[in-house]
Amino acid sequence: MRDGQVVKGVRFRDHRVVGDILELAARYRDAGADELVFYDITASPAGRTVERAWVARVARLLDIPFCVAGGIRSVGDAEAVLGAGAEKVSVNSPALADPDLIDRLSERFGAQCVVVGVDSQTLADGRAPRYEVYENTGDPRLARGTRRDTLEWICEVQARGAGEIVLNCMSSDGVRGGYDLAQLSAARAVCQVPLIASGGAGILEHFRDVFKTSGVDGALAASVLHLGTIEIPELKRYLAGQGIAVRP
Amino acid sequence: MSAVAIVDNGGGNVASVRFALERLGAEALLTNDPQRIRAAPHVILPGVGAARDAMRRLAESGLDRLIPALTQPVLGICLGMQLLYAASAEGDTPCLGILAGAADRLPAAPGRAVPHMGWNQLVPLRPSPLLAGIAAGDYAYFVHSYALPPGPDSVASCDYGGPFTAIVSRGNFHGVQFHPERSAATGARLLANFLALGS
Repeated sequence: MRDGQVVKGVRFRDHRVVGDILELAARYRDAGADELVFYDITASPAGRTVERAWVARVARLLDIPFCVAGGIRSVGDAEAVLGAGAEKVSVNSPALADPDLIDRLSERFGAQCVVVGVDSQTLADGRAPRYEVYENTGDPRLARGTRRDTLEWICEVQARGAGEIVLNCMSSDGVRGGYDLAQLSAARAVCQVPLIASGGAGILEHFRDVFKTSGVDGALAASVLHLGTIEIPELKRYLAGQGIAVRP
Repeated sequence: MSAVAIVDNGGGNVASVRFALERLGAEALLTNDPQRIRAAPHVILPGVGAARDAMRRLAESGLDRLIPALTQPVLGICLGMQLLYAASAEGDTPCLGILAGAADRLPAAPGRAVPHMGWNQLVPLRPSPLLAGIAAGDYAYFVHSYALPPGPDSVASCDYGGPFTAIVSRGNFHGVQFHPERSAATGARLLANFLALGS
């Protein structure tokens, strides 16, 4: 989301407008989406908090859970978003700058409200793959590596009270070549809370693979749905046929 | 029709509960005023947060004594349902004591992440007007780390590495562990069934 509209980029760059927030929210609700995540991608780099007005409008419209991410830096910021009707808040860059924020949010609202988004880049320099956490990924000019190891960060945020982790694999984001199964499997091995795969969905089989191979609890997709390449009812029928439990 | 009272206990999901009632055409009033709660035809006790915090807030407004004495249909949602029981292991908290039993932490296990967050299926245990139009296997949306084992008051259960109470009823007191306000058509039906009670 940027300036009241839904945008989508490729590898976190070159975002283009794909539609109006409320229209898309209603479309995905009716198509059978199980949850929606709203990323205010300009909130953290621009140093501002996600605006509250659209959260209440979305909450009025949706009868499925939704999560709001973007520039939530304090218990007060989270309270405003949750009070407006969101189920969960997701913190990313602000948690990297102030890891104790996770503890404070979890203590105040319970772990189930606190999602930590992790933007992770694969480092191809060594023999074994290593993964590095990136911050401020909403703005290509400000995005940078944090020197934090992704798997260590996933362990730390759980210890601090994260109730869910969304792992955005940056090198596969928006290119529709499949989820990063190796990285997600490595994350699964250290993640006891719900793990949501993000980045790379292109065809139906990618969803099957990430559930069956990496054992994630959920799969997040944007491009293929925004572009209409995959329709949610079709995806759910396919997954059910593959023996994966999904809400019809 | 007068407004459904949603107990304002400083928790998170009050707005989404109000919006869900509005989608059903019901008016909702967010309040912690004992008089308004006593006068409402239906009372909803929502709950997101921790048990100890929630009970402290109820005690501060005297609602810990008022709620057990209500005679109209009362629906506890998620933590609000757990508060209807005698106690919660979350912070070793004594609760409202309307229902027998205590909420305990869900054990984490491989393939079973805690909190239990997501859509899961309902298993009806006994007939209830709350289940009208809801079938075995229908999905509801759950978000919780604590749960109640099925007991004599349980109306429906859910399985997550073991069964737990998903819907409970005793007299005019009812509870749902899931979030009906976020459970699509199944949740809307549950809320409509609750609003039809006592009328």
